[in-house]
Amino acid sequence: MSPLHWLTAAEIRRRVAAREISAEEVTRAHLARINGCEPRVDAFLTVLSDRALAQARRVDAALAQGGPAPALAGVPVVVKDVLDLAGVPTTCGSRILEGYRPPFTATAIDRLEAAGAVILGKANMDEFAMGSSTENSAFKPTRNPWDGDRVPGGSSGGSAAAVAAGMAPLALGSDTGGSIRQPAALCGVVGLKPSYGRISRYGLVAFASSLDQIGPLSRSVEDAALSASVLCGWDPKDATSAQRPVPAWADSLGASAAGLRVGVPWGFLDRGIDPGVLARFREALEVLKAAGAQVVEIALPHASHAIATYYIVATAEASSNLARYDGVRYGSRRGGEGSLSQMYGETRDHGFGAEVKRRIILGTFVLSAGYYDAYYLRAQKVRGLIRADFESAFEACDLVATPTTPTPAFRLGEKTSDPLQMYLADIFTVPANLAAIPGLSVPCGLVDGLPVGLQLLGRAFDEATLFRAGHAYEQAADHHLARPPGFA
Amino acid sequence: MAQATVETVERVARLARLSLTAEEKALFASQLDQILAYAQSIQGLALEAATPMSHAATSEIFREDQNTPGLDRSSVLEAAPDAVDGLFRVPKVLG
Repeated sequence: MSPLHWLTAAEIRRRVAAREISAEEVTRAHLARINGCEPRVDAFLTVLSDRALAQARRVDAALAQGGPAPALAGVPVVVKDVLDLAGVPTTCGSRILEGYRPPFTATAIDRLEAAGAVILGKANMDEFAMGSSTENSAFKPTRNPWDGDRVPGGSSGGSAAAVAAGMAPLALGSDTGGSIRQPAALCGVVGLKPSYGRISRYGLVAFASSLDQIGPLSRSVEDAALSASVLCGWDPKDATSAQRPVPAWADSLGASAAGLRVGVPWGFLDRGIDPGVLARFREALEVLKAAGAQVVEIALPHASHAIATYYIVATAEASSNLARYDGVRYGSRRGGEGSLSQMYGETRDHGFGAEVKRRIILGTFVLSAGYYDAYYLRAQKVRGLIRADFESAFEACDLVATPTTPTPAFRLGEKTSDPLQMYLADIFTVPANLAAIPGLSVPCGLVDGLPVGLQLLGRAFDEATLFRAGHAYEQAADHHLARPPGFA
Repeated sequence: MAQATVETVERVARLARLSLTAEEKALFASQLDQILAYAQSIQGLALEAATPMSHAATSEIFREDQNTPGLDRSSVLEAAPDAVDGLFRVPKVLG
């Protein structure tokens, strides 16, 4: 029998609901696991042991009184430290928020707790979710459980590593250009970026508001579907949240992949891919074909411009969103004895790390007089073309498949001095954010002992097809059952 | 198209209220230059007929304009680096 720390969320919920185990036992097992593994991984910024045990006891007490078991009863969850939980520090991986304890809780976390989930702690991340390796955290890098000398990906690297190492079956991340899917792929777990508007972003620290989405990381597609049904839905506190029905996705995973048309944009995959990654991707397509899917070639003519477009749009929005860190309303302050503008400058210079400053500089530049039309306006137009590319592609296919990343996990320090190389790690993930469509990364095997992912992209609000195809693939391939050596 | 220099970075940093060291200015100038050179790829596209995608939401959702309670003032001020008498305190602005 599997130890408790390798159970899926669905299995934990089933056993807790049947009163075979208590939520408290499950929580204690995961806290012990964190104790044992965390020194090798550094996935957490805060562990909330007492708070987690109190919530677990509340779940147990409600079940003892004969109440119905909610959808995530007793399921331990780690949340990326970009989400607010009242009274608990939110750092966003930054020094500038030192000492900040938000007076409110993110809707996504409220929904998890209302569904009986137990928040174990807050996960490490690249500062303000800017990065692809979690090395931009102001506090510490997180290590990939598959190889401690390598990055877990980012920016939700702590969330992905925690799930991969068995410290939680489920985690929340945020994805602006791939920050859920890329670390999920590099750590060998499942990651979902839902359609823009699916999950309320109330209580999510903003990076680039037209791109940011919250989503789950898990060790099975079923768990991604199960948690997505809890997380998604309209919220009056987020004007961009969508008023769309939210199906119980996990209940309809039995359907096969038969008849699905999977589009592959070969023209977009012709450069810079590791041969091992390409080999795993071709094998994954064969598995989908064997499951009854039809693989067709599609074109995404503007996708090669996605990285350039993304780093203009995202940094422009970030430069505006991050203007609020001014040493007045929250976090740390420097230079308070001088003038107001000195205080602003010193607070921001001391509080922000190099990547955040670099993006503020780039974003301010592309919005500045004389450059707005050439950069920001053009990028918005190209963004529209990239979305139109997907709309045409989805006339000929039901979902689009690509590798999630061009390479397996790289070494710590390998790309830190070359920002452009780091940006190119997101080449296959950014188009979905630009087009506002959902994306799912599913483990598709190993390259030299390191996991890589299959990315499936769907029509806006058609998460159902992603779950159906992802689940059918996963059940046929079984790559999601691989565990990092050294983490029994 | 623009080549980023140290002067470019200084101008932009002023707009963004960032004090940077001389080393940061030099580093960011060369990196900004490299990133903008990469972004030149979109300069060659024919975009006269393209509509800018300025937001990602698929529909406009309106709601009634109703009064609802906001956050408790004292809990908000507790998070501030400096607050006094129910207000945020900042360094002298004038004079």
